[in-house]
Amino acid sequence: MSQIFHRTTNIYSRLSILAAIVLAATLGGVVGLLHLSGYNTNQNMPVEQPVQFSHAHHVGGEGIDCRYCHTSVEESAFANIPPTKTCMNCHSQLWTTAPILEPVRASFRDNKPLHWTRVHDLPDFVYFNHSIHVRKGVGCATCHGRVDKMPLMYQQANLQMNWCVNCHRNPAPNLRPRDQVYNMAWEPPANEPDLGERLMKEYKIAGPEQLTSCSTCHR
Amino acid sequence: MSSSIKSRLAGSHGRVYWRSLGELADTPEFREYLHREFPEQASEWNDPKGRRQFLKLMSASLALAGVGACTKQPTEEIVPYVRQPEDLVPGRPLFFASAIPFSGVAHPVLVESHMGHPTKIEGNPEHQASLGATDTFTQAAILGLYDPDRARAITNRGEIKPWGLFFSAMLSAGSQQKGRQGAGLRFLSGPITSPSMAEVMASVLATFPQAKWHQYDPISSDGARAAALAEGAGGDAIYHFDKADVVVTLDADFLTCGPGSVRYQKDFATHRRITEERKEMSRLYAIESTPTLTGAKADHRLAMKASEVEGFGRQLAGAVGAPAPAGPASGATDPASVIGKWLAAIAKDLQAHRGRSLVIAGQYQPASVHTLARSINQALGNVGSTVTYGPSIEAAPTDHTASLTDLVRAMDAGQVDVLVMLGGLNPVYSAPVDLKFAEKLKKVNLSVYHGLYVDETASLCQWNVPDAHPLESWGDSRSFDGTVTITQPLIAPLYDGHSAVEVLATLTSQPDRRGHVILKDYWTRAFAVGPWTIRSGDGQPFKNFDAFWRRTLHDGFINGTAVADGGPATPFGVMAVPAAVPITTAVAGMRADQAAAGAAPAPQPPPAAPATPPPATTTAPPQAATGAQGGLELIFRPDPTVWDGRFSNNGWLQELPKPLTKVTWDATAWVSPQLARERGLEDGDVIELRYRGNAARMPIFRVPGHPQQSVTVFFGYGRQKAGNVGNATTSAQAFNAFLLRTSDAPWFGSGLEIAKTGERHPLAVTQEHHVMEGRAPVRVATIEEYKKEPKIIAEQGETPPRTLTMYPEYKYEGYKWGMAIDIGSCTGCSACTIACVAENNIPIVGKEEVASGREMHWIRVDHYFAGNEDDNAVEAYHQPVPCMQCENAPCELVCPVAATTHSSEGLNDMVYNRCVGTRYCSNNCPYKVRRFNFLLYQDWDTQSLYPMRNPDVSVRSRGVMEKCTYCVQRINQARIDAKREDRDIRDGEVLTACQQVCPSDAIVFGNLNDPNSQVSKLKLQERNYGVLESLNTRPRTTYLAVLRNPNPELEPQASRSTTEH
Repeated sequence: MSQIFHRTTNIYSRLSILAAIVLAATLGGVVGLLHLSGYNTNQNMPVEQPVQFSHAHHVGGEGIDCRYCHTSVEESAFANIPPTKTCMNCHSQLWTTAPILEPVRASFRDNKPLHWTRVHDLPDFVYFNHSIHVRKGVGCATCHGRVDKMPLMYQQANLQMNWCVNCHRNPAPNLRPRDQVYNMAWEPPANEPDLGERLMKEYKIAGPEQLTSCSTCHR
Repeated sequence: MSSSIKSRLAGSHGRVYWRSLGELADTPEFREYLHREFPEQASEWNDPKGRRQFLKLMSASLALAGVGACTKQPTEEIVPYVRQPEDLVPGRPLFFASAIPFSGVAHPVLVESHMGHPTKIEGNPEHQASLGATDTFTQAAILGLYDPDRARAITNRGEIKPWGLFFSAMLSAGSQQKGRQGAGLRFLSGPITSPSMAEVMASVLATFPQAKWHQYDPISSDGARAAALAEGAGGDAIYHFDKADVVVTLDADFLTCGPGSVRYQKDFATHRRITEERKEMSRLYAIESTPTLTGAKADHRLAMKASEVEGFGRQLAGAVGAPAPAGPASGATDPASVIGKWLAAIAKDLQAHRGRSLVIAGQYQPASVHTLARSINQALGNVGSTVTYGPSIEAAPTDHTASLTDLVRAMDAGQVDVLVMLGGLNPVYSAPVDLKFAEKLKKVNLSVYHGLYVDETASLCQWNVPDAHPLESWGDSRSFDGTVTITQPLIAPLYDGHSAVEVLATLTSQPDRRGHVILKDYWTRAFAVGPWTIRSGDGQPFKNFDAFWRRTLHDGFINGTAVADGGPATPFGVMAVPAAVPITTAVAGMRADQAAAGAAPAPQPPPAAPATPPPATTTAPPQAATGAQGGLELIFRPDPTVWDGRFSNNGWLQELPKPLTKVTWDATAWVSPQLARERGLEDGDVIELRYRGNAARMPIFRVPGHPQQSVTVFFGYGRQKAGNVGNATTSAQAFNAFLLRTSDAPWFGSGLEIAKTGERHPLAVTQEHHVMEGRAPVRVATIEEYKKEPKIIAEQGETPPRTLTMYPEYKYEGYKWGMAIDIGSCTGCSACTIACVAENNIPIVGKEEVASGREMHWIRVDHYFAGNEDDNAVEAYHQPVPCMQCENAPCELVCPVAATTHSSEGLNDMVYNRCVGTRYCSNNCPYKVRRFNFLLYQDWDTQSLYPMRNPDVSVRSRGVMEKCTYCVQRINQARIDAKREDRDIRDGEVLTACQQVCPSDAIVFGNLNDPNSQVSKLKLQERNYGVLESLNTRPRTTYLAVLRNPNPELEPQASRSTTEH
């Protein structure tokens, strides 16, 4: 009985197996890249807000401390968005007729809250706590970037678990003295390469086993 | 079946503990059930669920098509305050002291509020009635607040009306009635302990002198009230179990029923707990007519007919030398009989503990039994030590049955023009059947119903006014010890609710006052009135009213208003309120009824002088008047979870396995196994109960230890208009015990006939779920055995050496969490289960799913019997089972996606977002504590439930395994708080939800690396053991064995070493 396929077809079958592998790998790669991309993570995407609030102006320009508005950052899991009243502390005196601030004035006048869009939005099964991070010497800029240079707020880190766990495995490089936590421009001092190690001990930061236990963030 | 049981019991070495009669008999069906991890077809979708199921399948297929995992996170908003309230830190809860009234009596609480949403109720640790604990009903009140089926609008004949229209209708009714002095005006409410409400009522009754106020609560102790009032002011008993070494109950379920049960549980457990310092425990004898949790805790339990309890009490009084009124004695006076032996032993024990013993009359027993108990306590010198008598905490103690009867007669005679029913009483459902309340209600011209639901009564009334939930309203009420406790709102009324006092105030001279104004006005005047000075906790008088009020709202109660401090007797404690039917006339009225029915008249109670023993009984029990002897005895009880039906629409309580039987979602009629055998009945067989011309149907349940010639039925089922959760199906509407209750015998009576109908009603019973196949899960010893040889507990099981592992020992640095559960203290009340449900967002699954073994409770309370099923003295034990957090956890090894892993502090972490639902972990868990979301149990659709959920715990979806985490959210919060203050977590700083709620302090959680922590000390006790330790799982949750303190005269040591027969 003669063969059904001519022997030259062998090359085609080999090629198609190879092509299938390459295609699957490419598809996987594309999905993976898409997963990591800003499209999925919202990384580096400025977000439209009801008021075009500029951190660059308020923090960079005016030098207002983070905690003037985000009052609960040292006590609570949640670093709050300030109530309208906080805006009006100044803006009842300054720029009282600026059209851009009309939503703020309207909110204060009508007692209707502003609806801000979340920029840093973790999934609901992740329980991040601001207060402990600032207490242990993780600076605002470490995760949020140079907010003082952001005219419109965006998410600088990708906020994926990999990014969280990298630091939880080895927090030392991301630590700074407590009094520098709210300093946007702080740079690690060149003369003390072991600063992180020293702060790990000084601030009694737990080892990676505890910091990477699932229930540290998920419950 | 019987012979196989007998041979099993005879052939076993040591004691046998069994969960159900099925397990005891070891039937093939039971083994089949047990050996399947999940019941047959549990994971198949063949239930006839119709459209909903089809949609679910469709959406699941879509998800499987590959779209599910690739969703992008939706954009979310942050909505800050315009002006942020002071003291509020966004993201952190606030706690407010308040009270949840139950039948008028305050249950003091602390309510957790997240950004204005109340999410969890805890007991108020500073209040003497709570000391931090609550009961199941108070825990479940949070679901009652958010219940989507609550009445949502004021209606007149079904049409929605504004409050203003109702208000003017009341004003015009009031002005019409004024001309007649209010002769056609009637009020019906539950008992009132609130001083401010009582004052409003008094002022209404002053405006309308002919108007009458009636009180009715279907579950109320008329017997206790009548006996107390016969003593004059100061007849209400408050017990002090912390001083009682010997306790005898005469059909009293003091551990779970009654307003003081939370505190009583605490005192009772503390006085019985063996610690390193304390080596003595109290002894409890329970005489009871139906199995109760109190009987299950007793060292000796004697079951008898409810009608025989009085005779037993009379003989006991005689035996201890207390003056007892003449009357029928219980059957056996022969000292050689069982009862004779008991009487002698109890009397001897009581007399050996004069001043340190206590006799308690059951709340469902007639006045004569209460009088007897008081007489015995006086003779034994217990008054002032283990029991104190004081004035009633109620504004106007009234015989409720007589009061309602009086109202119905007036309604029938056409004398009632306006009837205002306050506080969601629902008499159409719960009034005695012979009164025909629904029929008589039609003769009332203007009926106003005020309640949380549009229930059976509301739908027959013209005006419906939604009640405000206690978490939405201002008010005051007294706790069982008399302390005035303030209710303050946590949230604005969700559905235009108005509290009872606001509705009542429409008929006063200041008709448009809100609850806050009424309350504050009352206490402003009360504060100003001398000579009674309200003092703060440190004994200093307050500077001014504002200081007093701030302190009161902060603490939640007013110091110095307890009965012991003379609270109710002080001028503003309770205003003098004329009761509609004073109790003496009520008793007389009842007697007239009995005389008419051909019963023997009872002697008139002469007024009793204080400090002398009561000279005579008050009245013969109405039950004795029934004439028709023979047949079975019928016993009524409130349902342990839905009570008289007021919690019918609460899914948490419906799904809570009822203590002792573990039946969920259904009413059952309890019979003894012998009676079931005689009549050829099996669990779930529907019987027809015929009693005094009335009939009801109910599925039966065999309960070991039930008196043989009695049947116990429970109120609260067969509801027609309870709401979507509580409505009975058409066939189950006959499961209503109120259909049998008559006004002359509210709690028990003879002459019951039962007949098998041939129908079967499937019951969802969790008793046989998650059984551990009798590997010594509970361990028991008597106190004498334990003192002699403490190793007796350890010897009942096998603990492998710690070297029995291939892996190196892991050293837990820092915290090492562990739990000790004292099953000797656990009463089986199941408050822990409800607390866990509330804390951890656990869904309700429904009856069909429970029947499939899919209930989701993270902590279950296993119930074990010991002894012979036919023995009235069958022992019962309770064992709460949360996750054991094994150090060598079998579940962790088999998870293919590492969704369950071990934390550095020894917790078995469960990562919901990683779980793919293989269920291998559950299969491999020897304790069966893992729960799988087979379907989408969590209610994602009902908006009103969103604010109820705990924001600190993930809400789980379909296809995810879940389990107890030792409340890791609380551990994490405490750890973060401690680290922020550069210190370690203190012992007692983290309380798990089950620990916090437990009224008997049976659950203790803490750090095992701290040798001084409470849990470490408990685990050092010799009675500490782990369940299934032989598997080398090294459970972190361990148990403290039950110690019993039997009277050697009733239970010789020799016969105890082998199995009892």
